[in-house]
Amino acid sequence: MQPFETLRATAAVLLRDNIDTDQIIPGKELMKTTKTGFGAGLFAEWRYLHDRVENPVFELNQPRYKRAQILVTGRNFGCGSSREAAAWAVRDYGFSCIIALSFSGIFYSNCIKNGLLPISLDIEAHSSLVLALEDDTRPLEVDLRECRIDSAAGSRWSFTLPAVHRELLMLGLDGIDYAATYQSQIEAFRAADRLRRPWVYLEQPGSLSA
Amino acid sequence: MKTALTSAEKIWREHVIASLGDGVDLLHIDRHFLHELSGAMSFKGLDAANRRVFDRGLTFATIDHVVDTYTGRGLTSSTPGGDGFLRAFVDGVQRHKVTFFGIEDARQGITHVIAAEQAIALPGTTFVCGDSHTTTVGSVGALAWGIGSTDGEQVLATQTLTMSKPRTMRVRFDGVLPPGTSAKDMVLKLISTIGADGATGYAVEFAGNVMRVLPISARATICNMASEMSARFGFVPCDDTTLDYLYGRPFAPSGAAWESAARYWRSLASDDEATFDAEVAIDCDDLEPFVTWGTSPEHAMPISSVVPEESRRLDAVARADFFRALSYMDVTPGQRMVGLPISGAFIGSCTNSRLDDLREAARVLRGRRVADGVQAICTPGSSAVKRDAEAEGLDAVFKASGFEWREPGCSLCMSAGGESFLPGSRIVSSTNRNFEDRQGPGVRSHLASPATVAASAIVGALADPRPYLQ
Repeated sequence: MQPFETLRATAAVLLRDNIDTDQIIPGKELMKTTKTGFGAGLFAEWRYLHDRVENPVFELNQPRYKRAQILVTGRNFGCGSSREAAAWAVRDYGFSCIIALSFSGIFYSNCIKNGLLPISLDIEAHSSLVLALEDDTRPLEVDLRECRIDSAAGSRWSFTLPAVHRELLMLGLDGIDYAATYQSQIEAFRAADRLRRPWVYLEQPGSLSA
Repeated sequence: MKTALTSAEKIWREHVIASLGDGVDLLHIDRHFLHELSGAMSFKGLDAANRRVFDRGLTFATIDHVVDTYTGRGLTSSTPGGDGFLRAFVDGVQRHKVTFFGIEDARQGITHVIAAEQAIALPGTTFVCGDSHTTTVGSVGALAWGIGSTDGEQVLATQTLTMSKPRTMRVRFDGVLPPGTSAKDMVLKLISTIGADGATGYAVEFAGNVMRVLPISARATICNMASEMSARFGFVPCDDTTLDYLYGRPFAPSGAAWESAARYWRSLASDDEATFDAEVAIDCDDLEPFVTWGTSPEHAMPISSVVPEESRRLDAVARADFFRALSYMDVTPGQRMVGLPISGAFIGSCTNSRLDDLREAARVLRGRRVADGVQAICTPGSSAVKRDAEAEGLDAVFKASGFEWREPGCSLCMSAGGESFLPGSRIVSSTNRNFEDRQGPGVRSHLASPATVAASAIVGALADPRPYLQ
């Protein structure tokens, strides 16, 4: 996974609330057993008219957003289905960072697992960022080390992210490798838990049912 | 440090392996249920990294999402690409030797339905599945949530996840449920009140005197739809109803182990003095059957009412979203929903496909016929539900009325390019999402209770079920 430290890129604004993962990656776009190649399916129902002809009215199809790597959006981004292909589609399209008023919990986790930086801003910060981006298409600078966003005009927005999520993103760490560093604690927990809650620990299945 | 704890806080505390700072903990995951879409990807990732399943005893699998549901179906999918997922998944469960309720298994069904039926989910367990409606199994007092396939790999390999501890919310349903209304109406009222993002970052405990008298199936409907207000968890702490339901089921403890488990589960109830970060009260005394008019479950209203004049929030973004929803659904502010013609009706899904739901729909359908021009389909939630329904003759009622009676699976809840209602058609559905294009290209979904779906199918238009339930 690509480590994320800083990003200097154009931001595209898609100002809608409750963008659900069915819109981010429609069901018929995710029926393949790969983790890549979902860029063409991102927002497919909004982005295309038919036969993959671009809908000129859709926000992201504006020429000034064509090389954007930052997506700015509204409340509860990524709500609905847990489909991880939603995060893959956002990443494959070219975004590395999403700035929103809030994220669905499942989608947020999927971002962290895929090297996508999910930044939540409060309403005042978010509004001022959106306003700043209205006329200024120059790249923003996102710095995950310092947890701040800077505009070319000299404005700055700070954000917070749990330290462990920052670490996972900055080092491009695999969640399993990270959990493995707690192997002895995991085993100690389970040994004690077996005594407290023996009914949790079911026998390993001996035979299969087909 | 708080001494009086809510149920969610008690259960969370029992599962912390390590605190990672900023409210993030490494949690033990007690139960992991896989289905063929997300599960195939999790097995694929596990294999690519040459890893094994860490604890096969805690890992379960079934087939539900894209498998066909027509009568006599086998291991096939009409969804383009679906067969590839089915094959990869069956290969994965067989090689990794986890408990598998396959298509020929008498216990097969929708994951969230069979998780409770089989008592795979238990009170106080952490339970995950690669599907956002995993909150459904909060009905038996588990902390249950949906995850992506990469987190699924982590659970397979380590039986752990890193999770941010949510804030706590209590939703109390008070009063007495009027005749003709049900859990689906309760939860649609809730979501329309607090919004699709109303519970973001919250562990929601459902309480109140109405909840206390609801059976597990009704609790499941409400916990299921907790995902539609973006709750992290939605659950009902273990009580006598939970214990009566779970007793004797296949994966529940038995004998002396049952006694001590039951005592422990009861102790997980919220302390009397516990405080919640948020409290919501929904009065059920005047509840009506609800129906959605728009493209979010928050766009819900009493069936006798009219489409609202304005959005829930009044900022420019909310207004634009509101007009987009009106446009997609081809409805206008002030328009009555009763009498709006429909050409499709679906009773199924993890939200409303249990025996109680089918009984309720059958009460409406008995002796009546689905209107001409309405394609009506019912998919029982599991093989066990289907058998029980057939033992009571419910299948005969559905079929005599003109409903197709099908095999268990997610079916038409979601059309991923496969089977769907006719493009652009207006349908009524007992499912959980009325998002744009979810049930087919341009399909306009109105969500409602099984009784409302049945009544609407008979009339050929959105209809109040209460006259049919006399």
